[in-house]
Amino acid sequence: MDRAAPAEDTPTNPDRAPDDAPTLARRRFLSRISIALSTLAAAVVGVPVIGFLLSPLTRKPPRAWRIVGAVDQFKVGDTVSVSFDDASPLPWSGVTARTAAWLRRDDESSFTAFSVNCTHLGCPVRWFAAPKLFLCPCHGGVYNADGSVAAGPPPKPLGRYPVRVRSGQVEILTSPIPFA
Amino acid sequence: MISGFLAWLDDRSGLVTWARHVLEHPVPKRIGWWYVFGSATFIAFMLQVVTGIALATAYVPSSGDAYESLRFISEQALMGRFLRGLHYFGASAMVLLVGIHVARVYVMGAYKFPRELNWLSGALLLLLTLALAFTGQLLRWDQTAVWSVIVAAAQAGRMPVIGQGLAHFVLAGDTVGGTTLSRFFAFHVFFIPALVFLLIGLHLWLVLKHGISEPPQLGEPVDKATYRARYAEMLRREGVPFWPDAAWRDVVFGAGVVSLVALLAVIVGPPALGKPPDPTILQAYPRPDWYFLWYFAILALTPSHLETMVIIVAPLVFGAILLLVPVFNTGERSVKRRPWAAMVVLLIVTVIGTFWVAGERAPWSPDFEAQPLAAGTVRDTSAAVVNGARLFHEKGCEFCHAIGGQGGQRGPDLTLVATRMSPLEMVGRITNGGPNMPGYVSSLTQEELNAIVAFLATRK
Repeated sequence: MDRAAPAEDTPTNPDRAPDDAPTLARRRFLSRISIALSTLAAAVVGVPVIGFLLSPLTRKPPRAWRIVGAVDQFKVGDTVSVSFDDASPLPWSGVTARTAAWLRRDDESSFTAFSVNCTHLGCPVRWFAAPKLFLCPCHGGVYNADGSVAAGPPPKPLGRYPVRVRSGQVEILTSPIPFA
Repeated sequence: MISGFLAWLDDRSGLVTWARHVLEHPVPKRIGWWYVFGSATFIAFMLQVVTGIALATAYVPSSGDAYESLRFISEQALMGRFLRGLHYFGASAMVLLVGIHVARVYVMGAYKFPRELNWLSGALLLLLTLALAFTGQLLRWDQTAVWSVIVAAAQAGRMPVIGQGLAHFVLAGDTVGGTTLSRFFAFHVFFIPALVFLLIGLHLWLVLKHGISEPPQLGEPVDKATYRARYAEMLRREGVPFWPDAAWRDVVFGAGVVSLVALLAVIVGPPALGKPPDPTILQAYPRPDWYFLWYFAILALTPSHLETMVIIVAPLVFGAILLLVPVFNTGERSVKRRPWAAMVVLLIVTVIGTFWVAGERAPWSPDFEAQPLAAGTVRDTSAAVVNGARLFHEKGCEFCHAIGGQGGQRGPDLTLVATRMSPLEMVGRITNGGPNMPGYVSSLTQEELNAIVAFLATRK
């Protein structure tokens, strides 16, 4: 071979003086302390990096009531899409800071807010007023007006947002996308 | 002059000798065109690295600005559209080539002793290629990308116990937002490519260490005790230097791949940007890129009670099988003695192909674009029937049912429904619904119901 390894790296090198016990002990000590120090250094760097990457799991984003419009602008019985800002949007979130919901005015004072996310795999369902159905464009999930499953693969009824009326304004409580 | 410099470089670094050793290492004489797919995958990857770096100099990995930066790259930057096309078709080529390469290695039994680690490192590279394809598709931060992230999180959410946590991890939060895209960007351009580089290094090192597997010979089973000596003897007898005796095919095929990718980038161009990544635009029709379309179809066609199994268990089983392949590392390599190997590949290709076609047609999706039925289709001109045909469209029946070739494929075609259902049966079905059909009792008046049935009764 044309790539000769440096001779002193080879433990069985016959050119080197035979190792006595203190030398071996010292070598063992140096190996261990080197490995220990390297592990420590790796942990000093690795722990914060992994913690940083996993931070979405520990962070509890705040929830906030968001005004989606005045009570008067919604007609009783109608279901319309409304949108609102997430609880704590980042300055660079742009349009992704927005979330949509399907809001229905049930009567004079009460509203129902449905999540737009299909419970099958999260695609955006659309409300169709004439047949009174929510339909999903991805895998054909269908929901009745009350959000219960009418057809297709969805395993559960549509999720709902807490909704309230305060001083003539309809407010929706920001919530995580309902998965699982 | 040059040779003097090379001699100096080699004396100080040993690199020239090493490169010559690599280039001239002996390979079996009889290898042919089936051996070009590994190097072609590597060439496609390098194409991705180069075009990816160029694109990254202009791309803004922020949830709010990425879309506009992509529009800038596509519409204004010099050669930007071409580069995006190269990157897209390069990705397509890489997915396709790595698939062919794995199939070739599997069918030829090239993963057997002593090349088990070649297979394992290659299996990880296959999975990382798919991870790159998925994350890359998301960086085209348009409406489809946003919904793809949500669909991915929803799938992660099906995992028992840790599902909710995983879904949050994928989105980097409660919903899609400012934190989502930059993480996918970092994974796509730093983390996964770094792993790919490391594993390609290991993969190539192993190819050099064990030599390129010789084409399988019927009646020459792999025996751990004799294989290495037999392979060395074969190389001594009839080995040829890799460069240029074998490498010319890699170069010709690789250049062909690059040319085809460039041609497609010019002629077809990159995938068009969809609507902006605004989660409040609900007029969406999310579809994955072609390499995951088959999986999209599987998710649509799986019966509900099997769904979590398919989403969670099937990928784990597939991964386990992939990693267990080299357990069977001795014996015959020839596919004539391993006909099931060819069948497995054929089966996988057929399954993916079938679901791919289904995903392309997506008959399970309602047809939101369905137009009102044409007068020629309705035929009958009596007021009740015409009114029924109008309601058939307005009330959304046509989203799922086709008549005369117009309408969705979700439910049965109703062109000739009157030949199999009486008006009374129609009333019952429409009012109460049926398997996979909602009941319309609350959304139709009696007159509307009568009109629709009057119309359907003419369909014979």
